[in-house]
Amino acid sequence: MSLPDAGPLWLTFHLALVTTLVLLIIGTPLAWWLARTRSRAKPFVEALTALPLVLPPTVLGFYLLVIFNPTSPIGALWVDITGNTLTFSFTGLVVASIMYSLPFMVQPLASAFETVGRNPMEAAASLGASPLDAFFSVVVPLSSRGFLTAVILTFTHTIGEFGVVLMVGGNIPGETRVISIAIYEHVETLRYAEAHILAAGLLAFSFVSLLGVYTLNRRYPVHVI
Amino acid sequence: MSSDLLDIDLHLSHDDFSLAVRASIDLGMTTAVFGPSGSGKTSLLRAIAGFDQPGHGHIRCGGETWFDSAAGINIPPHKRPVGYLFQEGRLFSHLNVSRNLHYAYERRRRDVQALRPDPVIDAFDLGALLTRQIRSLSGGERQRVALARTLISAPRLLLLDEPLAALDYNRKSDILPYLENLPERFAMPTLLVSHNIDEVTHLADQALSLKNGRVDRVGTVADLVDSLDLDTNTGRFDAAVLVEGSVIAQDPRLHLTHVDTGGPVLAVPGLPTVPNGERIRLRIRARDVAIALSRPQGLSIRNVIPGQITDLVVHTSIGAADLWIATEGPTLRSRITLASVEELDLTPGKTVFALVKSASIDS
Repeated sequence: MSLPDAGPLWLTFHLALVTTLVLLIIGTPLAWWLARTRSRAKPFVEALTALPLVLPPTVLGFYLLVIFNPTSPIGALWVDITGNTLTFSFTGLVVASIMYSLPFMVQPLASAFETVGRNPMEAAASLGASPLDAFFSVVVPLSSRGFLTAVILTFTHTIGEFGVVLMVGGNIPGETRVISIAIYEHVETLRYAEAHILAAGLLAFSFVSLLGVYTLNRRYPVHVI
Repeated sequence: MSSDLLDIDLHLSHDDFSLAVRASIDLGMTTAVFGPSGSGKTSLLRAIAGFDQPGHGHIRCGGETWFDSAAGINIPPHKRPVGYLFQEGRLFSHLNVSRNLHYAYERRRRDVQALRPDPVIDAFDLGALLTRQIRSLSGGERQRVALARTLISAPRLLLLDEPLAALDYNRKSDILPYLENLPERFAMPTLLVSHNIDEVTHLADQALSLKNGRVDRVGTVADLVDSLDLDTNTGRFDAAVLVEGSVIAQDPRLHLTHVDTGGPVLAVPGLPTVPNGERIRLRIRARDVAIALSRPQGLSIRNVIPGQITDLVVHTSIGAADLWIATEGPTLRSRITLASVEELDLTPGKTVFALVKSASIDS
């Protein structure tokens, strides 16, 4: 029995890490807006954010493929600027993963921000803290459990992604060949031993991550006074 | 001590509630914003702090404009030099007591002489609590920490929103001493929201009373207490007089405190332990004062004070009358039935004995 190639492992973790970091930056203000807004646009934005939860990955993958295609305006613009295509590239995979994993970042954060509520922000403002200061010094620590949940779920979910990657990225070693694709290829070529190692590894990793999330939820309940 | 003016003219409405308040408040003394639940007290305070934006009007404090709809000015809350003590304290649960206080000190208003944390910690007896987590504090301790935190942030105006409402009776008497004389002790103009007339008389000098989102009355607390009369504000008859006196003796066995009111000595049951010589304020409700024509014998009422009727107001619609009785010390007010007035032939100038059934301490 031969060990599977480690390349997909590093690529997968690299993708999950970049996706999680970018989503942390994009998802936090979006979740804050959703938690605080009284705008009529809120249900539309909520529905858009939640779409990846219910859409078949092939649907999202298909549209992204169309948009990323070098003959489309966006795809062409990207080629003009960077010289590379978005389709079948790591960058395209990152963009696709960000969209695909968006609800896993935004929903836990929005619910954490809603739990914290307006009161601590008002208290901080009454002590002279600007909204940004109050957000980082009060809201973020009080939502720490939500942040941890969001980060773990986003990271693990990105690792487990298959359909979108297959549609947008294909199976290019070192560029788009992530673990889930590698497993698929091993099975297709009847190399079950390698498929077993990768599949069991992913199963164990995902279980341990979720165990972490639920243990944290139990052990450190958030107190908002 | 500054005697700035807080000049308010604001109109605010949300859902089915509207608030329209126009007032000029002298910040040289503690002002109570008084009224029943739903009268707009907290809404007024929140608008002054900048948490809720009025529809139109203005809020000016000591020559500074915080809000002016006509001029398009709306200073955000964190830039207003306002300290806000919330009903539930709102301490930060992720920080311990000491770091809650330092949170305020790091962000204190630089344009005013800030209080160092240490004297405030001493004044509020917080030394033993500094390393405690917020969750482990009692309700009274939380309010003490919250008040200290607010003072340390060096506001120029202190807003207290029913600071005692969430506390039970014993906790209230724990924290009351810390709230007393805030303007004098910390040079801090204070607005206090309360629906409790006892708190108002204890802590404030002047009162702005609200009813259904409108200003009902502005004046001294003594005037307010005097005017509360079968009033929807309190839902019960609560007219009373405030009597200042000093404690001359306490009998711990009988739980009786003797208070010299500048002539008559009142025996008041059930007061907390107060050192002799301490000045206290008693509130004597008009309905707790009965009238006799001669000094009664064999009576359970301990306080019998001679005096002369100075004024008589008859409320024919409810068959009652109010009498004011000048004594050697304070003027007392009595509410009795119209029938008694006629039977005893009570008229101004007549010498009577005021029987004070109970003088609730004003706390």
